[in-house]
Amino acid sequence: MPESISRETVAKVARLARLHLNDEEVDRMTSQLAGMLEHFRDVDALDLSNVEPLNQPIPLSNVMREDVEVPSLDRDEVLANAPAAQDGRFRVPPIIGFEE
Amino acid sequence: MVALRTAVDVARAVASGELSAAAVVEENLAAIDAREGEVHAFNVVTAERARERAAQIDADIKAGRNVGRLAGVTVALKDNMCTRGVETTCSSRILAGWKPPYDGTVVRRLADAGAVMVGKTNLDEFAMGSSTENSAFGPTRNPLDTSRVPGGSSGGSAAAVAAGFATVSFGSDTGGSIRQPAALCGLVGVKPTYGMVSRQGLIAFGSSLDQIGPFTSTVADAALLMEVIAGHDPLDSTSLPQPAPELMSVLSHGVEGMRIGRITDMPEGSSPDVLERLDAAFDVLRNAGATVVDVQMPSMSYGLTAYYLVAPAEASSNLARFDGVRYGLRVDAKDLNAMYGDTRAAGFGDEVKRRIMLGTYALSAGYYDAYYGKALKVRRLIADDFAKAYESCDVILTPTSPTVAFKFGDKTNNPLAMYLCDVFTIPTNLAGHAAMSVPFGTGEAGLPVGVQVLAPALGEAPMFRVAAELERAA
Repeated sequence: MPESISRETVAKVARLARLHLNDEEVDRMTSQLAGMLEHFRDVDALDLSNVEPLNQPIPLSNVMREDVEVPSLDRDEVLANAPAAQDGRFRVPPIIGFEE
Repeated sequence: MVALRTAVDVARAVASGELSAAAVVEENLAAIDAREGEVHAFNVVTAERARERAAQIDADIKAGRNVGRLAGVTVALKDNMCTRGVETTCSSRILAGWKPPYDGTVVRRLADAGAVMVGKTNLDEFAMGSSTENSAFGPTRNPLDTSRVPGGSSGGSAAAVAAGFATVSFGSDTGGSIRQPAALCGLVGVKPTYGMVSRQGLIAFGSSLDQIGPFTSTVADAALLMEVIAGHDPLDSTSLPQPAPELMSVLSHGVEGMRIGRITDMPEGSSPDVLERLDAAFDVLRNAGATVVDVQMPSMSYGLTAYYLVAPAEASSNLARFDGVRYGLRVDAKDLNAMYGDTRAAGFGDEVKRRIMLGTYALSAGYYDAYYGKALKVRRLIADDFAKAYESCDVILTPTSPTVAFKFGDKTNNPLAMYLCDVFTIPTNLAGHAAMSVPFGTGEAGLPVGVQVLAPALGEAPMFRVAAELERAA
């Protein structure tokens, strides 16, 4: 089991999760996550060496359907919900190469 | 309190012309006018739509057209179920104002059966919580005692039925979010077998755990609703390839010869009033001809621990879609990454952020095996415990919630105390099994106590037989 979570790790995880946290939130999150991970140490009492992980409760294989055309969502209705749309597409800020 | 109507009675009376669908809607709207201000069950009340729909049903009946098994039955839907053109928010700022471009499968099946939606109900943001205190739009109050929580996360749906705002309602259950509020509001609440009810149009929290299910005032209503909403859906790849179970017909079968499991190593912490009702439930079933069998669930108490990694891990992945691009809130920023980060920071509440962080951490490189991988192994142990227990019994009885409805603020500063509300409900979701809560008398302060009936996957029929027996004796 890894050591308790550090402030730096919390900041890195926030970047991975695309979640801007301010300094105060990083501090609070660090102590709360440490508490939860500490609680998780309970399971160290169990012998899990020969246990198969259970990802999904019902055994399922890939589900396929016939390749036939069916109506899909109305594009105008979908785009009406978008924060910004243009030319029938979602509009977003620059992705790369933006400088002040 | 207003007298609650049952779906069975409403559907029969409306279909036969004894009662108009319009009158049922007006009754609910009057109850909403009288008490919604203090209860806050709804994020939105769809009064005009409900009136139009009821008028259509009444016209269809006059014209002799088939109106379906739920004719005129009013329903309240948890606000994480997609309803075309009606705002669907998950009680989160990040989705405020979003109007889905489609109806979920359950929503469609209810409409096709003649049900009338009266509104969308409040929840803990993205269904993360056990008290409905955690909604971006303010808490829901328990109609039986407004100083207390209705439970959660489907607290608005439970409160709506308990207050007579709708005949029945629907919630989603990822770790107990139907059964616990049902218990705290004195209702029947069902978590179907995983895959029994389509998740299409249910905004995902923990995809391997989530199921939609009903809140009702009687077991027969729950059976009727399950027959309407269950059954295979090609639009949900985890939907089981089989028809809805027949449940109405088993309610009168009794429990003669059934084997009822009692967990001898049950997690501790239940209050004495709750345990007293559980003992009384075993007595009732024994007197009705069932045998009580001792079973062991050595891993049960670890279920909570495993769940609080598995569910956040799945949530962190599912909630990645709320990024300010296609729907909901956007906070403008200089580039795409900054827009994502600022939008999500402004749109999500504290509990959602906490779970996204925990889940992202548990899935990140270097920590996956130590946390998520281990949690999945614990999940296997719990499924194995159940498999062994069900070799000697047909269903298992536990409390639904360790206590009756608690007061506002009692657990909000301690996430782990809040999580403990679900210690008896979570193992079912981890195993993908069926379970339901049945009101069985009262405990502290005269508040309702729920007994939970657990059954293996596809064990809905025996589960409903036992629930019906408990209801007859309650």
